[in-house]
Amino acid sequence: MKFYIPPQLTRLSIAFAIFITLFLLLRKLLIPDTFGQYGHYRGDSLTDNALPVVHYAGQQACLECHQDIEDQKQADVHSRIKCETCHGPGQKHSESAEATNILKPDSREFCGNCHEKNAARRSEAVVQIIINEHNTGKKCIECHNPHQPWTMKE
Amino acid sequence: MEPGYPHLTEILSHIQGYIFPNEIDLQWGILIVVYPFITGLVAGAFILASLERVFRVKILKPTYQLALLTALSFLLVATLPLISHLAQPLRAYEIMITPHGSSAMAIFGFVYLWYLMVVLLLEIWFDYRQSMVIWSQEKTGIMKWVYKIITLGLSDISPRTLEWDRKLGYFITVIGIPSAFILHGYVGFIFGSIKANPWWSTPLMPIIFLFSAMVSGIAMVMLIYMVVSYIRTKDLDINVLDAIGKYLFFVLILDFTIEGLDQIHRIYEAEESFETIKLLVEGKLYLTLFISQGLIGTLIPLGLLAFLQFYKGRIRLRKTLYFITGILILIGVYSMRWNVVIGGQLFSKSFSGFTSFKVGLIGLDGTLMAAFWLILPFGILAFLLWLLPPWKMVPEDY
Repeated sequence: MKFYIPPQLTRLSIAFAIFITLFLLLRKLLIPDTFGQYGHYRGDSLTDNALPVVHYAGQQACLECHQDIEDQKQADVHSRIKCETCHGPGQKHSESAEATNILKPDSREFCGNCHEKNAARRSEAVVQIIINEHNTGKKCIECHNPHQPWTMKE
Repeated sequence: MEPGYPHLTEILSHIQGYIFPNEIDLQWGILIVVYPFITGLVAGAFILASLERVFRVKILKPTYQLALLTALSFLLVATLPLISHLAQPLRAYEIMITPHGSSAMAIFGFVYLWYLMVVLLLEIWFDYRQSMVIWSQEKTGIMKWVYKIITLGLSDISPRTLEWDRKLGYFITVIGIPSAFILHGYVGFIFGSIKANPWWSTPLMPIIFLFSAMVSGIAMVMLIYMVVSYIRTKDLDINVLDAIGKYLFFVLILDFTIEGLDQIHRIYEAEESFETIKLLVEGKLYLTLFISQGLIGTLIPLGLLAFLQFYKGRIRLRKTLYFITGILILIGVYSMRWNVVIGGQLFSKSFSGFTSFKVGLIGLDGTLMAAFWLILPFGILAFLLWLLPPWKMVPEDY
């Protein structure tokens, strides 16, 4: 007896063969050229990621000019906070230093980002006050030197 | 905070306790909630269809094609929330065409294509082939050619070939059941395998996802069956509803039990993450977990379905109750996806803090986009029902 192949299977095999060929062709067209250059990703994405402009200069760049401030800071509780944490991104400032191209935050709200009373914050790690009650009407930096918070100004 | 990060300033004001910088902004938003919800509907609808085909539950016959077409409509949309979430239309599709065995995400291309091409399309094709051949002979003009093309030009409807349609269709359905389990088990695996996240990391996760998928898929097909009957002004068969309701009841009990088991296990083990998770479920997830998922989506439907197992009185009331149950279950399963996806990102890996999530309305990752992906399958289903109406099929005699 002749081996019987249902006609559906023949048609489907042809359809699947066409589909798989098309899929492979499309895949070849759609996958970027540099895919797999280094690993299972687009090689060009490394270049793309290198493109964004650098905003932060890094602690080392600050110390080239401001070692004196760093020495002050090391003597007090803000010693582990890096300059750009408060002063913001400093790449521009490190390229051409002007007083205007770096942040000098002095508002009560800014200090409150860390020091406003928050029950979920560990009080033994961060000193906390209630901004609306603590010496209202004055800026924090009128009494506290931000680089040396416990050395009170007159 | 300096200008340029206004949304972060907003979020920062809602942060509690200690949290690492990369945990402030949620990486997975509402579209990643929609994705497992849609995939679950596919798997659930397919499993309902296979009840009829493989396990010969004859009473479910009127929902068989409806369930298959529902599964297909939702499957066609399943990848789209992922791709639009990635927000890179020119390369987001790469995740689908460059599968890789070492990445749970990048293997979705394989899982998806297998399920779409080998299971769902083939089963529908074998099932509809005889009818499509007859339609292609009856229709004129462009529709004649449309049907000719989707029959792949094969017009053989001799008894021997039809017998093979049945055999092959049956074979595909048998393969389809484990495939549907794999499809949705896989979605659970994506979360369950993330060992760094104690809210997700449990080997029960694929099973939980699978059972909630079955619950949502069966509820969705039940609702679609009711709505389609209403639109066609045909009386819907209360016996069919009772049968679906019975399966829905059993699967919902299983789903509830397994999820409860997972939680009991978590509570009894009380690992170091437990304090945070306790705060999470009692705080930010309270509404979506206890009220929306637990009460509205599970306990009330369980009560209603249990009542409907015994109450065989007024048909109109039973229909209304089934309809309400279906809607509540869908709300519950959607909330479950929300609790997993969003809940798992709300607490810090330091176990000492929480971030918050506010879903946007517009934009590629917003509510409107999510609503669009949820509505689109119904449009596709309407088209498929017009192209391949189950009620105009050639009656089968087996």
